[in-house]
Formats: sequence, C-alpha cells, structure tokens
Amino acid sequence: MMVEIRTILFAEDNPKDVELTLEALGDHNLANNVIVVRDGVEAMDYLRCEGKYKQRKAGNPAVLLLDIKMPRMDGIEVLKAIRSDKTLHTLPVVMLTSSREEQDLIKSYALGVNAYVVKPVDFKEFIEAVRQVGVFWAVINEAPPLGNKG
Amino acid sequence: MNSEVEILLVEDNPSDAELALRALKKNNLANNVIRVCDGEEALDFIFARGPFKTRERLNIPRLILLDLKLPKIDGLEVLKIIKADPVTKLIPVVVLTSSIEESDMIESYRLGVNSYIVKPVDFDKFIESVRNIGFYWLLLNQQPDIKKLIK
Repeated sequence: MMVEIRTILFAEDNPKDVELTLEALGDHNLANNVIVVRDGVEAMDYLRCEGKYKQRKAGNPAVLLLDIKMPRMDGIEVLKAIRSDKTLHTLPVVMLTSSREEQDLIKSYALGVNAYVVKPVDFKEFIEAVRQVGVFWAVINEAPPLGNKG
Repeated sequence: MNSEVEILLVEDNPSDAELALRALKKNNLANNVIRVCDGEEALDFIFARGPFKTRERLNIPRLILLDLKLPKIDGLEVLKIIKADPVTKLIPVVVLTSSIEESDMIESYRLGVNSYIVKPVDFDKFIESVRNIGFYWLLLNQQPDIKKLIK
C-alpha cells in the first residue's frame, strides 16, 4: 500500500529558516507537499481559500507548522483564529519557533496547540528536528479528514 | 522517592501493552512507564485518588498514550476529562488505537487530542511507530512546567 502524504502548511517569515526546513523535509520526499506562507494573514487566507488562494482545491492540510513571531498576524493569533473556526478547529497545529519564552509555551497550550517544538540553533540538529516533525505529522499521525465540520 | 513518570500507558490488551513497553524499552525511551488497564484506573492515577491516593499529584506524566476501547470508562471519556481540567489539559495525549472509525478520530480532535495514531498491524511497523512517538514527544516536544503552574 502507498503511504498517503498530505500537504504540510508552513508559516514562516524568515527566508533562511524556510530554505533549511524545505531541505530537511526534502530528504524524506515530504517537500513536494509543503505550502509556504510568509505571515499569519497569508496562512489564514490559505486555510479559508481566500485572497490569492481563492482558486485552490479545498481541504485542510495534514498539519500547520507555525512560527510565532511573524508580521501582520502572529502565530498565537493564527492559532486562536483556527481554534474558534468551525471548519478549521480540529486542524493539527505545531508551533515551530525560536521562542523559549515560557509565556508563549503556556499560551499556546492553553489555546489548544497540538505540539510545540523549539528550533535548535545548531544546523544539524535543526535539520534532524524538522525531519522528525515532518515524518511524525505527515506520515505517522492520522490527521482529521479534509475540511470536516467537526 | 517519587521519581518522574515519563509515560502513562492506558491499554487493556495485555499483548498490545507488552509490545508497546518492549518498543519503548528497546529504544531507551522510557525508564519509567506506568501501565494502567482501564479508564477509571487512568483517571485515578492522573488525579492521584483511589488506589493512587498517596501518589505525589504534581508528578504528572509527560505523555499519555491512550487506547480508546477500554473497560469501565472509555478512552474518549478519559480524554474529555483530562482536557477539561485547566492543569491536566497541558499533558500531551496521544491516542494509540486500532480504531479506524472516522467518528472516533474526529471526536478525539474535537476534544483536544494532541495526536491520533492507528496501531499498525505489522509488528515491525508497530515498534517503529512507538519509537517515533517516544522520540517526538519525549525529546522534541516542549511543554510547560506543570509543577510550576500548580504551585
């Protein structure tokens, strides 16, 4: 049986981190299924099929990898919007961030984040961490069905 | 001394429990796994009551692996109770089940499960999945220091 690999939505404003992450996911052939958005507004546009994503095929990704510090709308706001949206609220959301601030961690869990991963500073460790995150959420975890109404 | 519990394994099927424990041990992921056999026992453990009355309540497991079809109180009910409590809701709960029923999956996510994993039937794949779960949740994932929050 073929393993079905669903889309990963990746919200990150730092181009360097985007490049590294795509490289890490590429090793496992997960990269073709990664959609990169650069801030929280774009992430919500993608999820709600609005703005420049009006034409996209409907359906939720397997997981949203979400940076916290982003322009226009930050990761905490995005998480809040997702958890209060009828169509999106069951979407698995993983914070992938450089923030080690306890406040961000507590706020994220209180809002119902699925997991919280701190980006390692070391290059090799970063690649390995992202690889693990990608495999876990795109392959091992069973994501809720596409766009279920929960 | 109450040493830190790393994983609470809630599983009524002895052979599945045995397999999961073996997979965790084999990968040196869990020196301290507690296994309970039904939903009631799981809640008693988590909330330090009943047979676990004398347990240090602050010593909260870092991860709960939860089967769904359980005697006495089923897994969805256990999940609901854990996620309705402001403190225990911070513990990552991974459903590890043979159920591929979509309604179980949707309900689990609705109740705030952290991850939902269908047990692979194949032995090697099962060991590999448990290894991945352990690495991911014990080594990579960060969680708030619950002890600090209770104090």
